[in-house]
Amino acid sequence: MRLNKILKNTFIVLLACFVLSACATSKKSTGQMQGDVYTGTDTIEYLASGVPDRVFFATNESVLTTASRETLRKQAAWLRKNSDITVVLEGHADERGTREYNLALGERRANAAKDYLMTYGISSNRISVLSYGKERPVDSGSNPLAWSKNRRSVTVKAN
Amino acid sequence: MRNLIILLLISIIPTNAFALIEVDITRGNLNPLPIAVSPLSIDDESKKSFKKTLNKKDIGSEISKVIEKNLKISGLFNPLDKNAFLQAPDIAHLKPRFEDWNLIKAQALITGKVKNVDDKLRVEFRLWDVLAGKEMMAIAFTTVPNNWRRVGHIITDKVYERLTGEKGYFDTRIIYVAEEGPKIKRIKKLAIMDQDGANNKFLTLGNELVLTPRFNPTSQMVTYLSYFKNLPRVYLLDIETGIQEVVGDFPGMTFAPRFSPDGKKIIMSFAKDGNSDIYTMNLENRIVEKITNHPSIDTSPSYSPDGKFICFNSDRSGYQQIYVMKSDGSNVKRISFGNGLYGTPVWSPRGDLIAFTKLHKGKFYIGVMRTDGSGERLLTENFYQEAPSWSPNGRVLIFYRETKTDDKGEGFSAKLWSIDLTGYNERLVDTPTDASDPSWSSLLSN
Repeated sequence: MRLNKILKNTFIVLLACFVLSACATSKKSTGQMQGDVYTGTDTIEYLASGVPDRVFFATNESVLTTASRETLRKQAAWLRKNSDITVVLEGHADERGTREYNLALGERRANAAKDYLMTYGISSNRISVLSYGKERPVDSGSNPLAWSKNRRSVTVKAN
Repeated sequence: MRNLIILLLISIIPTNAFALIEVDITRGNLNPLPIAVSPLSIDDESKKSFKKTLNKKDIGSEISKVIEKNLKISGLFNPLDKNAFLQAPDIAHLKPRFEDWNLIKAQALITGKVKNVDDKLRVEFRLWDVLAGKEMMAIAFTTVPNNWRRVGHIITDKVYERLTGEKGYFDTRIIYVAEEGPKIKRIKKLAIMDQDGANNKFLTLGNELVLTPRFNPTSQMVTYLSYFKNLPRVYLLDIETGIQEVVGDFPGMTFAPRFSPDGKKIIMSFAKDGNSDIYTMNLENRIVEKITNHPSIDTSPSYSPDGKFICFNSDRSGYQQIYVMKSDGSNVKRISFGNGLYGTPVWSPRGDLIAFTKLHKGKFYIGVMRTDGSGERLLTENFYQEAPSWSPNGRVLIFYRETKTDDKGEGFSAKLWSIDLTGYNERLVDTPTDASDPSWSSLLSN
């Protein structure tokens, strides 16, 4: 996450010069191809200034909040401008649920984000969905703040 | 595994004379039965040859250690200190001096003998009722020397069965997920070990995330979830050959797999467009059937032992609850109505109970209820625990427990635990690394 921030700040500076070549610049990051599958960690945040890469959910919920919808509208706007980009929506749950149910919940959350992007004109064949359940928290804390950060759908660049 | 062991039951002589000792396993046992496990005697020549092949100084006493540990872990027996034994093992095996064993308060006695016969390990053992002064059982069998730990497990199973009236669970294995690394980037591998933690082996390298392995009824195959190529799918693994294959051709995530009781089908969830439903795939003809059809999350399916019913987890009421239906998907009935959320239902091999995980007021419980939802009983409470799996005799549950991290987000661990159906005898199950998602095999020598 900290690296994210640093990269993002660097990016804002660079952005002025490289608005049109943003995609090329992002190749510096850690993403790589393994076989035919992208295993990178680039998120939309790397690519578009001022557009958060993730939305958050309430406990056991997959309903998008007002803030989440605004985030997704910005992502959609950016994706419309960068029509060669495809994305994976990675859905996650916090650690306070059984593993199998959380896998389903992560899938439901990512699909909620996908549906919203689609209503803003992003074609479904540019969006795939991947649930990690509770397997990939961003915050290892065992407290309500950490759990709220972990209940998320992250828009990750897929190509 | 099955082929490896040549089980030659020469004689089974249960003496049913009069009130011999019995162990009641239906209640918490606060007075475990004092039992003496005399080291299995061995002649010098056999000792020498086994020392060469197995690198164990005295294989007879090693086997008796396996038996002692099993008996202790069961919580039903109290193996007595060997230093107090007065009678030499070889003589005790022929004819115990019951006064001597009575003196150290042993109520039951196990004696035995090991011998090298044509480079095979021949073992015979007897179970004695010390108070009645009678032999309760005598069994002999022959196997390959490498199976010496299993010899100890088989003896324990026979003794357990003779004294409790129910099948044992000692000659079994556990498949689980071995975990390493920081919580935000856990590395997970499939691992398998004997029920007592011996012979641990990793089955995958940790290159991709793997979850929820479960044995088939013969314990030769495992079904599990793998994130190979970032595509979470249900896989099948043959433990002997190491061959893995993806189950079915689903255009999305499949998860929560289990075998049907006849081993012919895999039942699992398939998630698509934000909706998870339960499907089966027949492994012989590859026919896929959709079992549930509901816009809610339907997952964690588990068959009844007769294959006629399925219990599963659904949030169709708004929250996670446990449901039971016929195996064709008809007659869906909610059975959990207590306070809180219910998950991971798993049908007991005896058919009468369903074990589950319950979340209530920030605490996680492992519990059991009857198959109509009545008689809910919570066995253990903790910060986080889930995923119970039954011992093959339906008397013990194994599950995993995670610790709370500290203010810095450190101190995370995941471990396997077991508890008796009675709610007593809660124990940490030793694993070389952190561990989760345990699944208990069937009895291997059945």
